Amino acid sequence: MASSFTLTEPEIAEPQTSTSTRRMTLNMGPQHPSTHGVLRLELELEGEVIRSAKPDIGYLHTGIEKEFEVKTYQQAVTLTDRIDYLAPLSNNLCYSLAVEKLLGLEIPPMAQWTRVMLVELTRLNSHLVWLGTHALDIGAMSMFLYCMREREDILRIFEMYSGQRMMTSYIRIGGLALAPPRGWHHRIKSFIDGFPSKVDEYEDLLTNNRIWIGRTKGVGFISVEDMLDLGVTGPMLRAAGVNWDARKQAPYSSYEKFDFTVPTRTENDVYARYLVRIEEMRQSAKIVKQALEGMPEGAFQADAPGVMLPEREKMKTQMESLIYHFKIVTEGFRVPEGEVYQVIESPRGELGYYVVSDGTAKPYRVHIHGPSFGNLQSIPTLAKGSMISDVIASMGSMDFVLGDTDR
Amino acid sequence: MIPETLKDHPAVRLVEDSTLSAKFDRGEVTFEIAADAIVDVCRRLKHEGGYIRLSDLTAVDRYPEEPRFEVIYHLHSLEHNQRLRLRSRISGAKPAIASVTEVWRSANWYEREVFDLFGIVFHNHPELERIMLPADWEGHPLRKDYPVSGTRV
Repeated sequence: MASSFTLTEPEIAEPQTSTSTRRMTLNMGPQHPSTHGVLRLELELEGEVIRSAKPDIGYLHTGIEKEFEVKTYQQAVTLTDRIDYLAPLSNNLCYSLAVEKLLGLEIPPMAQWTRVMLVELTRLNSHLVWLGTHALDIGAMSMFLYCMREREDILRIFEMYSGQRMMTSYIRIGGLALAPPRGWHHRIKSFIDGFPSKVDEYEDLLTNNRIWIGRTKGVGFISVEDMLDLGVTGPMLRAAGVNWDARKQAPYSSYEKFDFTVPTRTENDVYARYLVRIEEMRQSAKIVKQALEGMPEGAFQADAPGVMLPEREKMKTQMESLIYHFKIVTEGFRVPEGEVYQVIESPRGELGYYVVSDGTAKPYRVHIHGPSFGNLQSIPTLAKGSMISDVIASMGSMDFVLGDTDR
Repeated sequence: MIPETLKDHPAVRLVEDSTLSAKFDRGEVTFEIAADAIVDVCRRLKHEGGYIRLSDLTAVDRYPEEPRFEVIYHLHSLEHNQRLRLRSRISGAKPAIASVTEVWRSANWYEREVFDLFGIVFHNHPELERIMLPADWEGHPLRKDYPVSGTRV
């Protein structure tokens, strides 16, 4: 086929000589490295100043809440890991606590203390990834390597008890999945004893680093009223002077028995959020240490026949246990009718599970309120009027996980 | 209407005239609020009751019962360290309720999520669009009559 085309002179715009109001819309993401996941930001720029920012989420939506409705209660534990993939055990715990509240289960002290220890290790894991990637975004490459080094130790600890590095599903309804393996506590001890000196190392690199201070101090301000109104929780809120932490204000899983402080700052900028999380790491290490030293003896699962699987040996020798085993495996356990909203302090802020039971063996409805969802909602307010490079720092200081936002 | 155990709850005087029923179960307080009064009740609870945070907003589908949908609000008062649940039932035919975005700005995304996944319309919402699913998606997945799996034909 014959084709013809004519070349026309492209129209070249006159170069802008004045700095007046020429606005540009810039698409940041969905694959931008600073978004740590798949997030798209629609930025309206005037030069390098952001006039408006509109986050577009949903790229990681997997319909997890729908899937809960076709799984039995215990099966659904494995789904909770996959929501916030940097804090899987926090999600395990929150869901288990909610269902246990519906069932009225009493959890033995050993299981409760192990849960606290695991959730704090998860906080360390999550904060390490945050610190590494946040520093990487701002340009401190070596931090990432240091943080991943310690994170690897934590993942090995996770792997040792469950065979999994990330989606461990180790906290189950009624207690823990298995008794902790031999030598495990020793391994945690040797890690946690050396950890505070590692935090010193991070601080040596960053806390008084002039570039770091220049990039973070006074950046990313958002008023406390705005934060509370927009649903921001966690370290961001605590860096603005609001001392609210579910571990203190509404203790769960025997947190009231541990001695720790909740760090707060009042500067309300990226640097303050950094300091709060650094101090949180030290406090978490302290909690893990206390849990190890005071670890109670005893069962790792609740004494609740009909809910917990019977021991293997009993199942083979006792008729009743065999029946329970069969019933739990084939149809699960029934949960009394009711509804519960359980809140815990995840590394990112307030994590809430709303579980509705209709009296059957499958949840009628599970709603997950991820802390990142609320935190992310503050981006338009936070970014307005700031420089584009500061947005990278502010977003990093939020520490959101897109899996947690999109569910 | 309001059970004896809840008579002394500080929020009761603020919600009493719009409360259809109240419940105290497993340490959690629930008020069932008439759907047309929800914004007023929320405003009063925020400004007079100290519930400055909307912790969560979601919905439950009671299909095939009627009224089909329950919209659930979890309120949080930092000052009193208290949580409160409000529930409003709305019909399944044309599910709609007033938006509480003017009371708490955080309701913006929460309501968009409920709109997206349940198809409940929130009146006076500033930008009621889908948030999780693509704009051209058909149906509302968290409804009970939406299949969990299957291929589209």
